[in-house]
Amino acid sequence: MDRVKIEVMHMNERYEKLLFKPGHTACAGCPIPIIVRTVLNTLGKNTIVAFGTSCLEIISSQYPYNAWGVPAMHSAFENTAAIASGIEAAQKKLGNKVNVVAFAGDGGTFDIGLQALSGMVDRGHNVLYVVYDNESYANTGIQRSSATPFGAWTTTSPVGKKIHGNKTFKKPLALMMAAQGAKYVATASISNLPDFKRKVQRAAEIEGPKFIHVLNPCPTGWKFDSSLTVDVAKLSVETGLWVLFEIDHGKFRITYKPKEFKPVRDYLMLQRRFKHLTDEEINKIQERVKEDWSMYEGLEGVKI
Amino acid sequence: MEDDLKKEVEKKVPNAGGFMIPGTSLLNKTGSWRTFKPIVTDKCTGCGICATYCPENAIEIKEVDGKRRAVIDYDYCKGCLICMNVCPFKAIKKVIE
Ligand SMILES: Cc1ncc(C[n+]2csc(CCOP(=O)(O)OP(=O)(O)O)c2C)c(N)n1
Ligand code: SF4
Ligand code: SF4
Ligand code: SF4
Ligand SMILES: [Mg+2]
Repeated sequence: MDRVKIEVMHMNERYEKLLFKPGHTACAGCPIPIIVRTVLNTLGKNTIVAFGTSCLEIISSQYPYNAWGVPAMHSAFENTAAIASGIEAAQKKLGNKVNVVAFAGDGGTFDIGLQALSGMVDRGHNVLYVVYDNESYANTGIQRSSATPFGAWTTTSPVGKKIHGNKTFKKPLALMMAAQGAKYVATASISNLPDFKRKVQRAAEIEGPKFIHVLNPCPTGWKFDSSLTVDVAKLSVETGLWVLFEIDHGKFRITYKPKEFKPVRDYLMLQRRFKHLTDEEINKIQERVKEDWSMYEGLEGVKI
Repeated sequence: MEDDLKKEVEKKVPNAGGFMIPGTSLLNKTGSWRTFKPIVTDKCTGCGICATYCPENAIEIKEVDGKRRAVIDYDYCKGCLICMNVCPFKAIKKVIE
């Protein structure tokens, strides 16, 4: 092993220090590595990761290639929060002070992993759970999840005469986690890294279960050019579709409000998963943004 | 290379497959994925915005001929062109591979 290790480590001093390394196999333009390294760089080397079966698993650890620069343990699709809970309990018992982070996709969080996550919050584990939300079961070929937005094409919310893309709106999981009593809850975007970093920093200061929901524009599943990842993320925020907020010990606060909201059409039309939408459907989404913002602004300063 | 690596791991950890050496993804040069190649031109100011976004961590800001500028590691650059799009100075151009 030593020979291989030396060979790998001597490749480049700069790469040696990275906590998530190049050579991972994310699609060109995929922001998962940006999300992972933002979290890891903010927390530092003294961190243990649990990551669920997902794109992140496939891209970071196809044997024998491993992109992780911190100890990382793969979990099944449904139990990332349970694995992270176990790691945290064991480290505590051993008397180690270490950050424990769970990373999982929206399918593994909003759907099949919800009970493990709820259990983790219930038991009060000191874990930061980060969901990167590409709004589908992406690595198995873009199936719909309960995080898929209204109107989006996926292979299981097809576009035809009877169905016109996904029929439901995204599950409000961050609010659900706050309602259950997670100590810190936030949403984040790769288009606002200072806001994202500050939220990770704040989460790290707090003892107990923490949950951060990051939107992960997926060039492959959302069908946009790989060069547009940051633009898509930015438009999700500037149209008001993706709301940046935090709930610190139950207290709700919007952390960024666009000066002037862009029409949702600008965001939708960059992505071919929405290209079938009628004016009526786009108006429905625009109306929903209005309703959501009036709800969120009503929550400002409120204790959940 | 891959076989070597497997043998080395299996020697150390008999039930390998459940264990991987950290950082070995560096052996997987993803530069071969590119259709387009980003080229940093003289307009580069070395501001570093491209480097904060490159999903491959393939951009380093370094001193080149007495001037700070972005340097791309084509061993890993996948050619997504995010760097070209986020550069406020339009300092990156693309060429076809
Ligand atoms: C119990 C179980 N059912 C199905 C699968 C197959 N499977 C692996 S990953 C995945 C989808 C993951 O979706 P998500 O959590 O959103 O992550 P993404 O791939 O989008 O990154 C599925 C269905 C599995 N591994 N385990
Ligand atoms: S399918 Fe989407 S989320 Fe998965 S690696 Fe590719 S771009 Fe990233
Ligand atoms: S963003 Fe543009 S100007 Fe700034 S370092 Fe990168 S290439 Fe140079
Ligand atoms: S094209 Fe993509 S992978 Fe290549 S240097 Fe630019 S941002 Fe990085
Ligand atoms: Mg997903």
